[in-house]
Amino acid sequence: MTLDAFLLLGSALFAVGLFGALSQQSVVMLMMGLELMLNGVIVAVAAFWYFVAPAQPDGQVLLLVVITAMTVEMAMGFAVVTLLFRTKDADVTDMAAEFKQ
Amino acid sequence: MTVTTLPVWSVVPLAAVVVCWAYAAATVDAALDPAPGRARLARPLVETSRLLRQPRRVTPAPDLLLWRIGIAGPFVAALLMAIVVPFGGHVVSGMAVGIVWFNAMDVVLWAFWWLAGWGPNSVYALVGGYRFLAQALAYELPLMFALTAPAVAASSLDMRDVVMAQGELWFAVEMPVAFVVFLISVVGFSSWGPLGHPAGVDVADGVLAEPSGLDRLLLLVGRYALLAVGSAMAAALFLGGAAGPWLPGWVWSIVKTLAVLVMLVGVRRRVPIVRADRLMALAWVVVLPLTLLQVLVVAVVELR
Amino acid sequence: MSLLLFAVVGLVAVASGIAVFVVDSMARATFALALSFVAVGVEILLLDLAYLGVITILMMVMEMAIMAVFMVMYMMNPAGLMPMSMMHNKRGALIISSAAFVVLAAGSLLVPWPSRSGSAPPDLTRAVGDAIMGSKMLVMIAVSAVLFATMVSAIVLATARGRYDS
Repeated sequence: MTLDAFLLLGSALFAVGLFGALSQQSVVMLMMGLELMLNGVIVAVAAFWYFVAPAQPDGQVLLLVVITAMTVEMAMGFAVVTLLFRTKDADVTDMAAEFKQ
Repeated sequence: MTVTTLPVWSVVPLAAVVVCWAYAAATVDAALDPAPGRARLARPLVETSRLLRQPRRVTPAPDLLLWRIGIAGPFVAALLMAIVVPFGGHVVSGMAVGIVWFNAMDVVLWAFWWLAGWGPNSVYALVGGYRFLAQALAYELPLMFALTAPAVAASSLDMRDVVMAQGELWFAVEMPVAFVVFLISVVGFSSWGPLGHPAGVDVADGVLAEPSGLDRLLLLVGRYALLAVGSAMAAALFLGGAAGPWLPGWVWSIVKTLAVLVMLVGVRRRVPIVRADRLMALAWVVVLPLTLLQVLVVAVVELR
Repeated sequence: MSLLLFAVVGLVAVASGIAVFVVDSMARATFALALSFVAVGVEILLLDLAYLGVITILMMVMEMAIMAVFMVMYMMNPAGLMPMSMMHNKRGALIISSAAFVVLAAGSLLVPWPSRSGSAPPDLTRAVGDAIMGSKMLVMIAVSAVLFATMVSAIVLATARGRYDS
C-alpha cells in the first residue's frame, strides 16, 4: 500500500461522483453524486494523514469534519428537495431551473 | 477478571454458539407462551423442520437480490456483533473500538430490516420496513448514549476493559438508566415485543409477512440471535461479564445472559406494542435527556 | 495480504460507486452507494484508523437507510420495474469527469509528496479524542453550531406550515 494507490482510489471515486453530479436530472441522485465525491475526499484525507504526518491528529480531525459535512449536506439537501416538491411539485434539476423565468 | 482473546478461527465455533443461543431464545419463547398446547418445548424443533420442508412462496416482481440481503442480514449482523462480546472470560476479537463496532453493526440493521421489507414487493412488508426506520430513529440516539456511559466509566472503548472495570461494582448498579435503555434498544433492533411494530399483527406481521420456508427460518433465527447477542452484550457491559463467586466464569456468563434473555423474551406477551410515532415522542422528549443526564453523572463520578 | 485486501476493497468501492448511476432501481442505487461507503470504511481501517473507519461505516449506512426513504419518495421509478434513463448531458459529464480523473490521477502519481515524518501515537482513538477536546476544540465547537443550525433550518424548510401560519 502506498500513498499513490490510495490517491488513485480517491480520484476514481471523485470522478465517478462528479459524473453523477453533472449528469443526473434528479436532485436526489445529484446528491448521491456529491456524496460519492466526498467519499473520494475521505480516502485521500485518511491516506495523507497516514503516509505524510501520522504524528499529528489534524488529519483525523479533518476526517471528522468531512463526515459531518456530508451529513449536513444530506439534511439540507433533503429539506430543499422536500420544499421544492411541496411548493412546485418538482424533483428534477431542469424543472427547478425553469422556475427562474 | 481478565478477558483473553481467542484465535481467528474461533469465528466458526462462534457461529455455532450463536445459533444455539438463538435456539435457546426460541425455546424460552415457546415455554413462556401462555396459550395451552402440548409439547411446547419441542416447538422450535417442530417449526424448524416444518419451515425446512415448506416450499418457497414467491411474490410478483420481487427484488430478489435485496430481499435475500435483508433476510440474511439480521443473522449476519448478530454474528458480527458477537465477535466483540466477551463471554466466559474470552472474546473473539479484542478490537480497540469494540463498543463502536457493536453500535455500527446495530446501525447496519436499519438497512437490513428495511431491505427485508422492500424486497418482496408487498405492501404490508414495505409498511413494516418503513416502521422499522421510524422506530430506529427513536431508539438509536438513546442507545448510543447508553453505550457511551460504560465506555466513559471504563475510560475505554475496548470491551475487555469495560468488563475488567467492573471489579467492585457492576455498571448496572452504577448506571441503571443506561442499563434499562440498552435493554429496550436490544428489543428495538430485534423488532421484538413492545417494539415489534415493524412486524406487528396489524400489518399481517409486516417484514415477516412474505418470507416462507428457508427464508423465514433464517429471518427468525436472525431475530432470536439478535436478542441473544444483545443479552450477552448486556451481561458483559452492565452485569460484570464472567465475574462471580465459586462457579467458573463461563457458568456465570451463561447464567447472566440467560437471565437477561428470559426477561427480554418474556416481555413479548406482557407489554403491548408501542406505535413508532409514540415511541419517537417518548424517546426524544423523555429518554434522551435522561440518558444524557446519566452520561453526565457517570462522567462526574469518574472525574472524582 | 493487506495489499490484496486494499485492491479488492478498492475495486468494490469504485464498482459500486459506478453501479449507483447504472442500476434502474432506486433502492439498489442507494444501497450500492452504501456498499461503496462501507468499502471506504474498510480502507480506512487498513490505515490503522479503527475508530474513524467504524464511524464512517456507522454514519454512512445510517445516512443511506434514510436516503432510501427519500429516493423512493421522490423518484419516478423507485423499484426499477421499467428501465429508464434520468440523465442529461451525459457526454459532457463523461468528458468532464474523465478529464477530472486524469488530472487527479496524474497529480497523485507525479507530485513528489513529502515522505512520512514521525510515527503514529499508540492509541489513535485517544489521540483524536485529546485533539478535539484540546487543541482542536474550536473546530468541534464550530461543527456543533453548524449542526444545530442545520437541524433548525432543515426543519423550517421542510415543514409545510409553521406555528405562526394560519
